Amino acid sequence: MHPAFSVIFLTTLIGAGQGLFLALYTGQLYSVFNLVPVQDSHTFYGYGSLLALIFLALGLLASFFHLGHPERAWRSAAKWKTSWLSREVIVLPSFMAMTFIYGLTHFIGFNPVLFTISDVFVVTLTLLVGFLATGLAFLLFLCTAMIYACIKFLQEWATPLTVVNYTLLGSASGFTLATVFAAYAGTQLVSFYAGWAIILTAIAFITRVASLIRNARIKPKSTMTSAIGIRHTKIQQKSRGFMAGSFNTREYFHNASEALFKSIKWIFPLLVFVLPILILSSGMSTNSFVIFAMAFVIQYAGLIAERWFFFAQANHPQNLYYQTI
Amino acid sequence: MKQLALVIDLNVCVGCHACVTSCKEWNTSGTAGSMSDFNPYEEDPTGTFFNRVQTFEIGTYPKTETVHFPKSCLHCEEPPCVPVCPTGASYKREEDGIVLVDYDKCIGCKYCSWACPYGARELDESQKVMKKCTLCVDRIYDQTLPESERKPACVLACPTSARLFGDVKDPDSNVSITIRENGGYQLMPEWGTKPANHYLPRRKTKMTIHKDELTRVDNPLNKERQLPMPDSDEQTLDDIMSW
Repeated sequence: MHPAFSVIFLTTLIGAGQGLFLALYTGQLYSVFNLVPVQDSHTFYGYGSLLALIFLALGLLASFFHLGHPERAWRSAAKWKTSWLSREVIVLPSFMAMTFIYGLTHFIGFNPVLFTISDVFVVTLTLLVGFLATGLAFLLFLCTAMIYACIKFLQEWATPLTVVNYTLLGSASGFTLATVFAAYAGTQLVSFYAGWAIILTAIAFITRVASLIRNARIKPKSTMTSAIGIRHTKIQQKSRGFMAGSFNTREYFHNASEALFKSIKWIFPLLVFVLPILILSSGMSTNSFVIFAMAFVIQYAGLIAERWFFFAQANHPQNLYYQTI
Repeated sequence: MKQLALVIDLNVCVGCHACVTSCKEWNTSGTAGSMSDFNPYEEDPTGTFFNRVQTFEIGTYPKTETVHFPKSCLHCEEPPCVPVCPTGASYKREEDGIVLVDYDKCIGCKYCSWACPYGARELDESQKVMKKCTLCVDRIYDQTLPESERKPACVLACPTSARLFGDVKDPDSNVSITIRENGGYQLMPEWGTKPANHYLPRRKTKMTIHKDELTRVDNPLNKERQLPMPDSDEQTLDDIMSW
């Protein structure tokens, strides 16, 4: 497939935004159980949610560049019963709204006790809103990944690993971003977030490499024989019917050189997993904002490469019809 | 249940591209148009087409066969492009099974083109909406046309009648009979899309003549004639009279 930068930025930006929100809420949950120090609602959760919202909004903005008719984008909420894209279109703004409410209630300090569970666990408003937003964040990961995973003939995508990777990669970059934010805000949560970022990045490394290994062993179900229905082992295209370009020759081929394609396959794991883990673990002793910021920038750049590779690697069966001019 | 479709006979397609040009001519000025072209006479031209004819060589040279392969939307019975559309712009008509795009609803997200394994959909670069073969829905029901012309433009243009048009769900239609009797098949059956369009395979028409069939074994003259048969190089009465 031809990697579209609008979609690359959409998926990586909202992934980081979702991950950052999950990191904030994890921090709040831990502090409820007195595992980490309580943070200031106003400066930490308020501005943290704003940062998450900025990433989500930028992702949403990027998605509009993918559309031929952005002014009709509102129509895309219609077919949520059948289309994962439609579901994503509904869940993304819902998650943004819930994150906004979460940030706002924290920001203005409006956090009444709603109820208590078995006289021990006190559920406050922000805790409940954050719980709902967490559900939406995971739902959004599911919707985004299923857009790709549900197309069964794009065999590189049609695997549960796609959902796992979108969730883990988004969460990993979000926790790295949370580390940067915590270091900037000067809180004691830096090591907490850096630790989780390292753990998530390491797990994502395993699942992403698993999908790379899986994809390297894929045997395409569609062949020349099934594409034109002629039962012969030697079928060679002599003409695709036109010499000029067309949508079919542009949309489904990545058109990058073999060398670039192969080098990105090795570069992205380095940028997404290896370097951030090294930088994050070295930064934990110094708590330096600059070092953590470097880790996030490198990981985010790596995710752009990862997403590019994700699209470029998918081999569309229609390409069988466009082997030669 | 009705399912209109094309049946394309690869045995008689000569690869003349008449269906390609007549499709473009009809549809660019019809309700499915326009089918825009960019840089048609310059470097790197591009344009929207609903139908293409491709050429494949089967076998190893010199023992090869050339197959011309017309390719357009197959109007699947289980179209994978329809459920993925977020707006409902892509739909399959209940009454005749034609898969169409509502240009007023399409947002141009290209998701349906990703979800079509055959690459039958193209984004029109000027209107920025997804376009595809409509089976000439604007002419097959047109009462102002004589009945013989209520067929897709490609079918009417084909000089060898390689394209048949009809209802594949009606077992007595000409297309159903042809599919049944000539081994009609579907493309990429492995994805469960159940394409409505069928293709007919190459067929060899051979006649075997045995040696004893060359002379008449039961010739009554063998018994009835009185004189021996003249030798084949001898003059016959016909040769004598011919001067």
